[in-house]
Amino acid sequence: MTKPTLIKNGRIIDPSQSLDAQRDLLIREGRVAEISESIDAPDAEILDASGLIVAPGFIDLHVHFREPGQEYKETIESGSRTAAAGGFTSVCCMPNTNPINDNSSVTSFIVERARESAIVNVFPIGAITRESKGEELAEIGEMKKAGIVGISDDGKPVLDSGIMRRAMEYSIDFDLPVIDHCEDCCGSKNWAMHEGEYSALMGLKGLPGAAEDLHVSRDLLLAEMTGARIHIAHISTAKSVDMVRQAKARGVRVTCEVTPHHFTLTDEDVYRSGYDTNFKMAPPLRSRADLDAILEGLRDGTIDAIATDHAPHHANEKMLEFDRAPNGIIGLETAVSLTLDRLVHRGIITMTRMVELLSINPARIFKLDRGTLKPGSIADVTIFDPEKMVTIDPNASLSKSRNTPFGGWELKGAPVRTVVQHRER
Amino acid sequence: MPLNRKDLLGIEDLTAEEIELILDTAETFRDVNARQIKKVPTLRGKTVINLFFEASTRTRTSFEIAAKRLSADAINISASTSSVVKGETLVDTAMNLQAMAPDAIVIRHSSSGAPHQISRILKASVINAGDGAHEHPTQALLDALTIRQNKGRISGLRVAIVGDILHSRVARSNVHLLVKLGAHVVLAGPRTLLPLGLDRLIEQSPGTITFADNIDDAIADADVVMMLRIQLERMAGGFFPSLREYSIHYGLNRRRLQLAKPDCIVLHPGPVNRGVEIDSDVADGPFSLILDQVSNGVAVRMAVLYLLAGGSESSK
Repeated sequence: MTKPTLIKNGRIIDPSQSLDAQRDLLIREGRVAEISESIDAPDAEILDASGLIVAPGFIDLHVHFREPGQEYKETIESGSRTAAAGGFTSVCCMPNTNPINDNSSVTSFIVERARESAIVNVFPIGAITRESKGEELAEIGEMKKAGIVGISDDGKPVLDSGIMRRAMEYSIDFDLPVIDHCEDCCGSKNWAMHEGEYSALMGLKGLPGAAEDLHVSRDLLLAEMTGARIHIAHISTAKSVDMVRQAKARGVRVTCEVTPHHFTLTDEDVYRSGYDTNFKMAPPLRSRADLDAILEGLRDGTIDAIATDHAPHHANEKMLEFDRAPNGIIGLETAVSLTLDRLVHRGIITMTRMVELLSINPARIFKLDRGTLKPGSIADVTIFDPEKMVTIDPNASLSKSRNTPFGGWELKGAPVRTVVQHRER
Repeated sequence: MPLNRKDLLGIEDLTAEEIELILDTAETFRDVNARQIKKVPTLRGKTVINLFFEASTRTRTSFEIAAKRLSADAINISASTSSVVKGETLVDTAMNLQAMAPDAIVIRHSSSGAPHQISRILKASVINAGDGAHEHPTQALLDALTIRQNKGRISGLRVAIVGDILHSRVARSNVHLLVKLGAHVVLAGPRTLLPLGLDRLIEQSPGTITFADNIDDAIADADVVMMLRIQLERMAGGFFPSLREYSIHYGLNRRRLQLAKPDCIVLHPGPVNRGVEIDSDVADGPFSLILDQVSNGVAVRMAVLYLLAGGSESSK
């Protein structure tokens, strides 16, 4: 039996119960026992949260932990430590490991490795199609039994609309969301950045915003037809945000996430970086107009969640030429600081909305038994300091990789600690 | 006035004064190249490495001759003979060369930005000899030298650049240079090969940039017509249907050239696809300065090596 934990004097923000007040929080047996103005529990370990915010544990719907297959980039263990350091208590792992998580034995391996080595909750996402080739459906039902919480061919968009339609229909039987990385190739195979003025200036092959928009529009039409739940991964363009907004108004069961880098950086930053490969990711950093539309989507509720797309790559791989370097950056340790600094402190969203985007919303999208501090619920807790100044030091990262464009950035606000007690062993 | 920088990565970073300095210096080296003994001791004891990751005859030879005429030791490394084939990263290659203490590294690479990436690591001067579709600064400088010699100026001239602008580092460097020196640049080519938006990020002062709707409009009243090489693989990429159609709609022939000013000059960075982007009778005709460009290339590269790898005024 674990010792009870009493978190005292914190400001608890829990949108799931419309709570924003100074309260004490008592955890017993891994579950929320009590929230009230003052709690005494002589048997409990006390965490003093004076001046800090106490929230339901943050959930990242989109990480790449590279295990099995590319353990030199990240493992479930190192990734989970990185997540905890960044204030996340749950992460959802994309299936593009080696082998791909397209069958229940790989799912079971991930679940088992998480049980042995992870310090946060790790929820696997299964592939939509076998080997993520976009040709035949994977054994989605079997993977669900083994523990997947959604299906996605992330990084390899399902280009065949017929297959996507079937995947959506089939997903309904297993009550799983279909998560899509939206990228029609639009004549832009091997693109290196967003297509626009800066790609023209830098002589880099561009991927137009329309490549995402085409794919999002197709998915929305198919979701409307099939009634499936779809979740648009790392939305990056103004038109896609607008299409999701309209689809929601029509009653389409669509949700979407945005990454911290897409609400912080633009293609101009790629230019200013002087071909720094830590500014290369998929989708690419978009235009200023796209970023502004994303901020509006965060403000008005069109965007449901903030997810990192934590994509570790070894330094050697990022040392390549810009057009040859792999896509992706790590993000677990910078997400909370960027959200506070760029969104909350700049008045784009409230602190309550931030907590919603990082806890109850992602929990609802993937139907996770998390995201709330209501008495009786699993007591995953994130404690953060909205005022603390931090300087991002890539070399201090707990990840096995260092690929971040935010090295040296000074940000206001930082995670302080996480509590993850309830482990399903 | 020295050129107060370590590297020459692109024309974009240069001021008009720096460009004029390089061109003026190149003029003096043109005189050296006209002598019987075409060698000066300026860079004696200096090492220049030509690091070519992409095939090149003209540019590599030009840099090699330039370095040798300045008495530098010139070493050529091509990608096929270096460790690159063994999977060494660009950064590793650069660090290994650095360990041999060269004074300048001339790099040609198929990836845009490769010179910028290695310049951050190297103590040696890095000279961009063409990076992907980004820049080819010495080509723009030799083009400018050729134009200046023939027109006496660059400011106020109307310069048409025609062809595959999208993939052309020559076009980008020329656009930057010509606008900084006050020319009016008109770009034309198949719509599939135009980097629309390029004009929006470049300060249009003192010169200007416009995209023409067709090649005839671009050439009309031009003082200079610069034709770009069209690469065959663009056809497979779906950018245009056939070389035949390309030459009919976008090629330079005698009829089209009549739209330009009577004293118009024709440039081409080479190698020329005769009968595709330019007809032979134009390429070999009286308006063509294609071979002057090649001669000027050596002088410009001598100037760049001299200004960056540091000779002193007295030793010249």
